[in-house]
Amino acid sequence: MTALLRFEGLGKDWFGVPAVRDLSLDIPEGRVLGLIGENGAGKSTLMNMIGGITAPTHGRMLWRGQPYAPASAADARAAGIAFIHQELNLFTNLTVAENLFIDGFPRRPGLLRPFIDRRAMRDRAAEVLARLALDLPPERTLDSLSPGERQLVEIARALHHDAALIIFDEPTTSLTPRETDRLFQAIEGLRAAGKTVIYISHILADVQRLSDGIAVLRDGRLVGEGPVADFDIPRMIRTMIGRDLAAVYPSRTAPPRGRPVLEVQGLSAPGVIEDVSLTVREGEILGLFGLMGSGRSELARILMGLDPAMRGDARLLGHPLRGGPRDRIRQGLAFVTENRREEGLMMDASIRDNLTLPAIERLRGPLGLDADRIADTAQALRETVRLKAQDLARQPVRSLSGGNQQKVVIGKWLPTEPRLFILDEPTRGVDVGARSEIYGLMDRLAAEGAGLLVISSELDELMGLCDRISVMSRGEVVATFDRARFDERRIIASAFRQAEGDAA
Amino acid sequence: MTSTQGALDVATRMGAVLMLVAIVLVFGVLTPGFLAPDSLANTVKQSSFIGIAAVGMVFVLLTAGIDLSVGSVMFLGSLVAGLVMRDAGAGVGLALLACLATGAILGAINAVLIVGLRVIPFIVTLSTLFLYRGFGTWLTESRQLDFPDEVRSFGLASVGGIPVPILIFAAVALLAHVILRHTAFGRHVYAFGNDPLAAAKAGLPVRRIQATVYVVSGTLAALAGFVLISQIGRLDAGFGEGREFDVIAAAVLGGASLFGGIGGAGSAVLGALTIQAVKAGLVFSGVNLYLQPLLQGAVILLAVFLDGLREARLRSLRRRVIRPRTA
Repeated sequence: MTALLRFEGLGKDWFGVPAVRDLSLDIPEGRVLGLIGENGAGKSTLMNMIGGITAPTHGRMLWRGQPYAPASAADARAAGIAFIHQELNLFTNLTVAENLFIDGFPRRPGLLRPFIDRRAMRDRAAEVLARLALDLPPERTLDSLSPGERQLVEIARALHHDAALIIFDEPTTSLTPRETDRLFQAIEGLRAAGKTVIYISHILADVQRLSDGIAVLRDGRLVGEGPVADFDIPRMIRTMIGRDLAAVYPSRTAPPRGRPVLEVQGLSAPGVIEDVSLTVREGEILGLFGLMGSGRSELARILMGLDPAMRGDARLLGHPLRGGPRDRIRQGLAFVTENRREEGLMMDASIRDNLTLPAIERLRGPLGLDADRIADTAQALRETVRLKAQDLARQPVRSLSGGNQQKVVIGKWLPTEPRLFILDEPTRGVDVGARSEIYGLMDRLAAEGAGLLVISSELDELMGLCDRISVMSRGEVVATFDRARFDERRIIASAFRQAEGDAA
Repeated sequence: MTSTQGALDVATRMGAVLMLVAIVLVFGVLTPGFLAPDSLANTVKQSSFIGIAAVGMVFVLLTAGIDLSVGSVMFLGSLVAGLVMRDAGAGVGLALLACLATGAILGAINAVLIVGLRVIPFIVTLSTLFLYRGFGTWLTESRQLDFPDEVRSFGLASVGGIPVPILIFAAVALLAHVILRHTAFGRHVYAFGNDPLAAAKAGLPVRRIQATVYVVSGTLAALAGFVLISQIGRLDAGFGEGREFDVIAAAVLGGASLFGGIGGAGSAVLGALTIQAVKAGLVFSGVNLYLQPLLQGAVILLAVFLDGLREARLRSLRRRVIRPRTA
């Protein structure tokens, strides 16, 4: 087997600090390589070197046996390397076909050469889509497609550019299970067509399912490599973090105390949720499990006052929840959104500004905002959430790792003394090590008497963390399990029960 | 989806057309003279001035830019045309060419400042609004300029019964439509307006795309100025002043988005017709002269508000539905 891409002693220093060191690896043609590692392990730096965004400081790369030193993203594309990120580089106001041909439209012959040959474009687009077994109409505008379908269009574009190596970087983050399945089928199709794939994800089960081989990075080094059969998930985790992960989940220190914080009765919003009732007690962590699209996040948005409910009511400590998010925050709600980049943080503002924003009205001095109190508050919060950061005042949140960003999102609510936290996918995009710190933080919040409603697609996480788990399916709460009766198979079965009937 | 919802969706997508039809019908019922063929033709003819410039503005809006200098370009372009006729004895054709060239150059100056120096379009074109008019004022010393009669015989002529301004407007709109829909450049303008970063990553010539739309806007603004001046025959110091707002309003009324990527040549046509229909309708119905600008403003506000509703409706259509709606 020839190596399509080969790293020889590859390394990258940032001002003397190595991000990737002495990395030697062969990527064989026609295989799927799963690349895993915690955030900050060097995956992004490695990808940026392949993609021509940054140049290595040591070693070299070989592409099909020839030295490969891309100076720009265009060089990488010309060599035949395509990247599929979570954020897509597509134009939502154009059609599928136009997106495929945007940098080289087929032209009409002869005198009509200035004009696009729409028929040829449509036919050739249909051809490319057929190669991927995609039944997307080439003339559909992109904004009428789902996130998953758009991603498939991006893959079609890579194929259309004759990419030989296609690199997927956390591609499933915004996809429903069905869309994820379709993506995986497409990746299988790529492998069958002899394409080479690098698949990067924190969802280890997906990596295991898709890959032929696994490569593990830790602290910039390649610490493990081999066929997928040698890597079960516990070994992947062990290799990634360099230790066992028995203590990822906190032992729940304080049992629930009893007084209900949140009481939801018969809450309905047509087309979204139906007759939802649940209770969260002081000190309790209630998990909300369900497939993506089961209405979990929508319930959170309704509780937060971001979307309207039609019937039913929700009470916080006995008082009905009313008004928009601003009123509900004042009543004692805190919301950790699933989109921390877009909705949870001001990415380019400093850590301090992000941490102190929700409580800014309490940090007023006689002459407007009190800079000392703001600095003190931010400093205190940093210690509470055990944030790893250099300079709170100057460092933008963007520069933090995913786990530390999430600590900022949770920490910023603490000064408002919330009674109920709603956390939507609190560990998405967060690596294994930082996860356990976030779980510990959630455990402490509960121990201090707050109620937590935790939404997650990862059942392991909920089973490790929660006192009870409620399962949603098609907008309804279909079952609730106490910690003593947690049973993975039964929980998953109830999440699927109605969805399966729907799919038939 | 039920049929009432389907009808509502069509209605929201066709908002600009329905708005125009509604305005024409309302004024038609209120004032019988409004719907007479002559007055309708006149309304269309008068809309061509704003409409031609609005076609150029659509190119700029599609890139999420703005061109506030169009009113001043109308003035300076027509002034150059008048000067070459008066001082160099040029004919109408040469004067028109000089006018278009002036517009293209002024647009290119905007383009260089925006693309080359990376100053935001609003600030650049706000500055050149004053610069271009200031230059013209200095040239004329605020004296009015009379054009030779041949200019008016061009502007007031008809071909096959259709007035020349309408023919020019139609030709410009059609050409713009073909360019935007059927050429690579046109599709690149849409792509750039949708996501400039992705456009750069896809290897599109983003600087050239962005520069070109300002040249187009400048050229068409100058043409619009010439079309109006060839009907009036006299250029005074205030010519074109404040017209940038009519032009932008027309493009937005017709469905072009200020945020880029949405709209087309048809937006300029619809919007210009709508604005002119309102103006003419108010005159016909004998509304107090001093009240008319206020009512025009109200109509524009209403249209933009309806457009906002339309956007919200389209967004909600795209939202994921979890369970079928219960009756």
